[in-house]
Amino acid sequence: MEHPTSEHGLRTYLIGFALAVILSVIPFWLVASHVLPPGRTMLVIGIAAILQILVHLRFFLHLNLTSTPKENLLAIVFTAVLIFIMVGGSFWIMFDLHQRMAV
Amino acid sequence: MSVMSAAERAHEREEAETREQKALGFWLYLMGDAVIFALLFATYVIMVNNTAGGPAGKDLFDLSNAALETMLLLISSTTFGMASLASKAGNRSAVLAWLLVTFVLGAGFVCLEIREFAGMIAVGAGPDRSGFLSAFFTLVGTHGVHVSVGLTWILIMSGQVLFKGLTLPVTSRLFRLGLFWHFLDIAWVGIFSIVYLPGLL
Repeated sequence: MEHPTSEHGLRTYLIGFALAVILSVIPFWLVASHVLPPGRTMLVIGIAAILQILVHLRFFLHLNLTSTPKENLLAIVFTAVLIFIMVGGSFWIMFDLHQRMAV
Repeated sequence: MSVMSAAERAHEREEAETREQKALGFWLYLMGDAVIFALLFATYVIMVNNTAGGPAGKDLFDLSNAALETMLLLISSTTFGMASLASKAGNRSAVLAWLLVTFVLGAGFVCLEIREFAGMIAVGAGPDRSGFLSAFFTLVGTHGVHVSVGLTWILIMSGQVLFKGLTLPVTSRLFRLGLFWHFLDIAWVGIFSIVYLPGLL
C-alpha cells in the first residue's frame, strides 16, 4: 500500500499538517466569533470537515488513485456506499417518524 | 540485526511477502470501524435534542478544551508520520523518540477527555441522564477507548523497536499502527464537526 519512496517524505506530512490546521482553525474560529449566521457556519463546518478528511486520507494515509492497490480503494468505496445506505436510511426513517409524532 | 539465523531470515522473507496482505486485512478492519463510527454519529445526530429536560451540548461543552484536544491529536498524527519516516530511514533512536512524543500527545488527549467526562458526570450529566448524553458518551467514549488502545499499542511497538530493532515484522506492524493512529484522527474530525462545534453554535 505504501512504497518506501521519497514521495511520502517530510514535505507530505508537513503540507498535510498545515492544511489540517487551517481546516480546523476556520470552523473553530467561526463558532467562537459568531461572525456568520448559524446556518452558514454549519455549512462551513461541514465543508471544512469533508476537506480535512480528504487531506488526512491523502497526506497521512497516502491514499491516491495510482499507487494505492485497487482492492483498498474498492474497500473504501464499498464502505462509503454502506455508510450512505445505513446512515441515510436511519435519518430518513427517524426524521420521518419524528415529524409524524410531533405534528 | 546483524546476528540473524537462517530461520529468522526465512521468516523475514515470508513477512515481506505477506506484508501487503496484512495491510489489506488491517485496512478492511479499519473500514469496519468506520462503519461503527458512522452509525454512532447517526445515533448521536438523531438523539441530540432528546435532552429529557437535562443539560444540552451548549451547557456542557467547552470550545477551548475541544480545540486543545483537536490540536493534540493532529500534532500526534504528524509526529507519528515522523516516526514512519524514521522507520523507513532505519533510524531506530529517532523512531523511539517520535513514538514517545506521539504517546505523550495521545496521553494528553485522553487525560483531557477523562477530565471532561468526569466534570460532566460530577454535575449530574452522566450517560444515564438523557438519550442525548447516552449517545454522546457512547460516541466520544468509543473514540477515547480506541485512542487508549492505540496508546497501548504504541508502548508495545516501542518495546519491540527497542528490543528487536527495526526488523521487517516490526516495521510492518509499525506501518499498521500508523494506519490506526491516522484513522483515529479522521474519526476525531467527525466528532468535533458533528458534536462539539454544532453543540456550541
